[in-house]
Amino acid sequence: MNGLADKVQRGVRLEVRGLRKSFDEHEVLKGIDFAVGPGEIFVIMGPSGSGKSVLLKHLIGLEAPDGGQILINGEAMQPGDMASKYRMAMVFQSGALLNSLTVGENVGLYLSEHRLKSADEIARIVAGKLADVGLKDVGDKSPSDLSGGMKKRVAIARALVVEPQLILYDEPTSELDPLSAVVVGEQIVQLKERTHVTSLVVSHDRDLAFGIADRMAVIHEGNIVAAGAPDEIKKSADPLIQKFLQADFKRAE
Amino acid sequence: MFENIGEIVLLFWRAVMALPLAWRQRRKIFDQFFEIGNASLLMVCILSFFIGAVIALQTGPVLVERGLSSAVGGIVGIAMAKELSPVMMAILIAGRIGSAMAAEIGSMRVYQEIDALRTMNINPIHYLVLPRLIAIAVALPMLVVFSILVGWFGGAVVAQFNNHIGVPFVAFFHDLRSIVENRDVVNGVFKSFCFAIIIGVVSCHQGLITIGGPRGIGRSVTKAVVNSIVSIVVFDYILTRILLK
Repeated sequence: MNGLADKVQRGVRLEVRGLRKSFDEHEVLKGIDFAVGPGEIFVIMGPSGSGKSVLLKHLIGLEAPDGGQILINGEAMQPGDMASKYRMAMVFQSGALLNSLTVGENVGLYLSEHRLKSADEIARIVAGKLADVGLKDVGDKSPSDLSGGMKKRVAIARALVVEPQLILYDEPTSELDPLSAVVVGEQIVQLKERTHVTSLVVSHDRDLAFGIADRMAVIHEGNIVAAGAPDEIKKSADPLIQKFLQADFKRAE
Repeated sequence: MFENIGEIVLLFWRAVMALPLAWRQRRKIFDQFFEIGNASLLMVCILSFFIGAVIALQTGPVLVERGLSSAVGGIVGIAMAKELSPVMMAILIAGRIGSAMAAEIGSMRVYQEIDALRTMNINPIHYLVLPRLIAIAVALPMLVVFSILVGWFGGAVVAQFNNHIGVPFVAFFHDLRSIVENRDVVNGVFKSFCFAIIIGVVSCHQGLITIGGPRGIGRSVTKAVVNSIVSIVVFDYILTRILLK
C-alpha cells in the first residue's frame, strides 16, 4: 500500500473557548465554544454567512481573534503558533490549487518549498498521496483540467503531505455532484480511520454532515446553538435545529 | 492613500530582507524573466524604433534649416538615453507586465491560493513577490538598453532617408557619440531600474490586497497600472533632479 496506511498518526485535541471576531461593525463570531477529541470527525453545520469559514481561518492561523482562546492539547495558541507547533492542514472550499503548477507540483509543494525531501522522494510521496485519494496518472495535469470533485481530492492529497494531526475542511462538498460528494465524504472517513487524524469539517451539506460526523454542532449567526452526537441533533426539539434539518436554511435565518 | 504607501514600503522592505533566499527561487525568477522578455521584446523594438524616428523627424528639418545638422544625432541620442527609453519602456512594462502581476496575484488572493500557501508555512512574499521583483528589476534595464539602441537606429534611418534632413548614418552616430556620454546611458538605465522596482512593488501590492471576486481583480489591475504610471512620472522628476547634480 503506501506510507500513509502503514503509519498511525495521533490526532490532537482541539478546544475553542469564547472565540469572538468582528469585521468593522459586524460581529461574525459571538463567543464560539466547542471541543474536538483526538481522532474525531467534528462537523459544524450552518447556513452560508453564519461564520463557519471565518472560524476555520482562526483555527489555521489566517485570522487573529478579537477575543477567546484556541487550545491544542490544552495549550493556548497564538495565530502564528498553530501551524508551526502542530502539523495542521486545511482543505479549502475552492480547493485553492495553484493553477501555475501541475497537480503533482501542487501536492508536493510543501515538501519542495521547505526542501524536506529530494525530488525523487517527493515524486514517490506525491504518487502515494494521490493514490490515497483514489487518483492516478493526474500528476502531470494542470488543475484546470480536473473536475470539481478531483480538485477537492487533490486538495486533500496536498493536505496529507503535511502528515497532519488536524485537518480542517471548508465546505468539502460544495459545488460537487452528489456522487463526487459521497466520494469526498468517504475519503474523509477513511483518512480518519487510517491515520487517526482529528478532522473538523464545516459544511451546510446535511447528508455529508450526518454521514461522516462523530459529533456535530450547529452554528447560527456566529453562535453555536446546538452540539452533540448526530442522533442527539436529529432528536433536538429546538425549532431552529429542526429547520436546519429540513435544509431550510433561508427560512431558519 | 498614506496607508497604501506605507504598505508598499513595507512590502518592498520585506522583499529586500528576503533577498538572501532568492537563490532558492531561481527557477521562478528565470520563468518570470523569460515571460517579461518574451512578452515585451517585439513591442519594445517597434515602440523604440518609431520614438527615435519621430524625434529625428520632428527636430531634424528644423535643425538642418538652421545649419545645425550635427545636432540631430545628439538630440535623438540624449532624448532616448536619458528620458524617453526609460520612461516609455517603464510605462509599457507597467501596462503589460504590471497588469499581469496584479491579475495573477489578485486571482490567487481571491481564490484562496495565497491562504493555502500560508497554511503550508510558505511566505507569499518569498514565493510570489520576490521572484517577480527580481525578474522585472533585471529585465527592464536590459530592455531599456535595447530600446536605446533601437531608438538611435530609428532616428538614424529617418535622418539618412528623409529628404529634409539627409544626415548620413556615419555622421549621425559620430555626432551622437560626441554628445552622448556613457554617464547619460548609465543614468537612464539606473532610472529604469528604479521604475522596475516601483512597477513590481506597486503591482504585487495591489494583487495582494485584492478583494471581491473577478470585479475586484479588474479593479486591482487598473489601479496597479495607473498607480505605477503616476509613480513613474513623479519619480522620473525626482530622479532626474538628483542625477543632474
